[in-house]
Amino acid sequence: MAVTTPQAPETATREIFMSEALREAIDEEMTRDATVFVVGEEVGVWGGAYAVTQGLLEKWGPDRIVDTPIAEAAIAGLGIGAALTGSRPIAEFMYSDFMGIAMDQIVNQAAKNRYMFGGKAKLPLTYRAPFGAGTGNAAQHTQSLEAWFVHVPGLKVITASTPYDAKGLLKSAIREDNVVIMFEHKAIYAMRGHVPEGEYLVPIGVADVKREGDDVSVITYARQTHHALEAAEQLAAEGISVEVVDIRSLYPLDTDTVLRSVRKTHRAVVLYEAVRFGGFGAEIASQIQELAFDDLDAPVLRVGAAHAPVPFSEPLEQASFPDTAQVVEAIRQSLQGVY
Amino acid sequence: MAEQQPVSTNGRAGGDDASNGVLEQLTDDQLRWIYQIMRRIRRFEETAEEAFRAAKMRGALHFYIGEEATATGVCAALDDGDFITSTHRGHGHCIAKGARMDKMMAELFGRTTGYCGGKGGSMHIADIELGNLGANGIVGAGIPIATGAALGSKLRKDGKVTVAFFGDGAGPTGAFHEGVNVAATMNLPAVFVCENNQYGMATHADFANAAPIHNRGPAYGIPSASIDGNDIFEVYATAKEAIDRARRGEGPTLIESRTYRHKGHTVLDQKNYRTREEIAEWVSRDPIERFVRAVNESERLDEDDFQAIDGQIELDIEHAVAFAEASPWPTVDVIERDVYVE
Ligand SMILES: Cc1ncc(C[n+]2csc(CCOP(=O)(O)OP(=O)(O)O)c2C)c(N)n1
Ligand SMILES: [Mg+2]
Repeated sequence: MAVTTPQAPETATREIFMSEALREAIDEEMTRDATVFVVGEEVGVWGGAYAVTQGLLEKWGPDRIVDTPIAEAAIAGLGIGAALTGSRPIAEFMYSDFMGIAMDQIVNQAAKNRYMFGGKAKLPLTYRAPFGAGTGNAAQHTQSLEAWFVHVPGLKVITASTPYDAKGLLKSAIREDNVVIMFEHKAIYAMRGHVPEGEYLVPIGVADVKREGDDVSVITYARQTHHALEAAEQLAAEGISVEVVDIRSLYPLDTDTVLRSVRKTHRAVVLYEAVRFGGFGAEIASQIQELAFDDLDAPVLRVGAAHAPVPFSEPLEQASFPDTAQVVEAIRQSLQGVY
Repeated sequence: MAEQQPVSTNGRAGGDDASNGVLEQLTDDQLRWIYQIMRRIRRFEETAEEAFRAAKMRGALHFYIGEEATATGVCAALDDGDFITSTHRGHGHCIAKGARMDKMMAELFGRTTGYCGGKGGSMHIADIELGNLGANGIVGAGIPIATGAALGSKLRKDGKVTVAFFGDGAGPTGAFHEGVNVAATMNLPAVFVCENNQYGMATHADFANAAPIHNRGPAYGIPSASIDGNDIFEVYATAKEAIDRARRGEGPTLIESRTYRHKGHTVLDQKNYRTREEIAEWVSRDPIERFVRAVNESERLDEDDFQAIDGQIELDIEHAVAFAEASPWPTVDVIERDVYVE
């Protein structure tokens, strides 16, 4: 499934994988700024568990592509220490599930350092982490834990649905003087999309309307954007016009774009792959009802994953998180106002 | 705190296949058991690989082929009620602790009849009744859990010992240091068995660990050993001594078992970080072949014994695959079941 992002210019683009787009972002920023370096498990010789840093060790050498032992707390801390002292690290967690081991460094250290010390410190630090289900990797390698991190002031959290966005967002993250966590959905690393030849950035904190429509807004992010787009395509055949808003940035959240869409369609379905209960979609839904209550013709719906760890067996795994059929169903419910 | 006293050393006299008297101490039944377990592990995984390549299963499979002597030798020295914690490369520990291959195969196939009803897969098989507290997708995570099991045994005075299996890649984790240190400070009945198969993914053990893992025994005030993990007799003797010690209430031991995975990190790994010569060199030290040579030299078991065991394993394997394939897929109503005790 290749998706052309509206901003992507028609000319001088190529179709590349999301993993390649991310690699280009890292490579270009390393070229631009000698203080940028990559640190993490298997980022060098192996080339990254999802091949994002493939070939970069050969190009940049072990001082800029730094392989570590299995030590997630240390990886998170290496990023902090190096950032505090003048480097611009990109620290990779092989799977976002392993960030559990690094939580103190991320939550108590990275997120709070600047504030606690009265605004003295600056942490130009990017954490990258693959997330999401659908790969048969079972409960400890498939979670969507983004809600943990958006709850912590001091962290910015972004995620992309297309190679175009992935590259532009990651470049912005690397240039940020704040701690940014980029979650990369495993199931779309191998998705192709148009990416321009030249330099561009996608700003953090700006949502993107991936498809315009009039009847219902689906507010979503990362891989689920594609389920929303597929649902929109299916329903278009029935004359139902669905708008798909890819928020791209969870914190800061582009509430304006979300509200503009909902004020137009008067109906909202919030779609995310994390466990539905207590997930980030609850924040979006809550903002919509607080700020656009009078514009709504139906309650805001949330579509998310089951209240369970991700099961291994294929039929269970596939049914445990939202697919296109579930999104279609939710859109119909929103239109009918039947719950 | 216990004084450091090495329980075993490298470079035993007597050459590669000599058992140093350990073979002689084992009964014929024990020898048959050892052979059977090592062969089961190998055949189970060879069969799983075929099924994976035939697209009959999915996910990540981490093969233990080449490392069979460590799980087998350690579990041979455990009592039935003792506990183990395992790793992502857990099939060997599971089989050595007595697991049924049909239920394991069904788990890999994601079926209801699998050990975890299909919810766990290859990386998450547990059989609590057999004392297998579970394989683990998080490197190092089994180590503090083993310490906790050992603490429970100490408090309940149940006389049980817990073995934590983990890789060289777990050596650098905080979980290792916290788990082993706590066990040492509390003098717990635990044995920490590092399966140093030289690599964690593409990372060499010596790159990941600033100094040899067995050197850390003295740092925690516990005995430690570095052993030839492809020598089942050395593994057994060392594990037995450590397990007996733990059971006597004399505290934990750290064992570093040097071995090698013949296959890639996962079934899909085709990376180039090991030389062909290195792999060939280790394959020539295959733990099963070495065991068979030693037993043959001692004239303890004969060809019929081996053939009878192999024949039975083939039947069991055939049954395991047929059982797995014939078993039903789980249905979606179980997705939210077993998240909590109801
Ligand atoms: C905490 C954590 N970090 C990273 C990983 C990814 N990972 C899985 S296995 C592995 C290598 C483990 O090496 P080792 O402990 O030596 O075990 P082996 O695979 O060699 O049996 C890595 C990095 C993980 N599962 N858990
Ligand atoms: Mg290893």
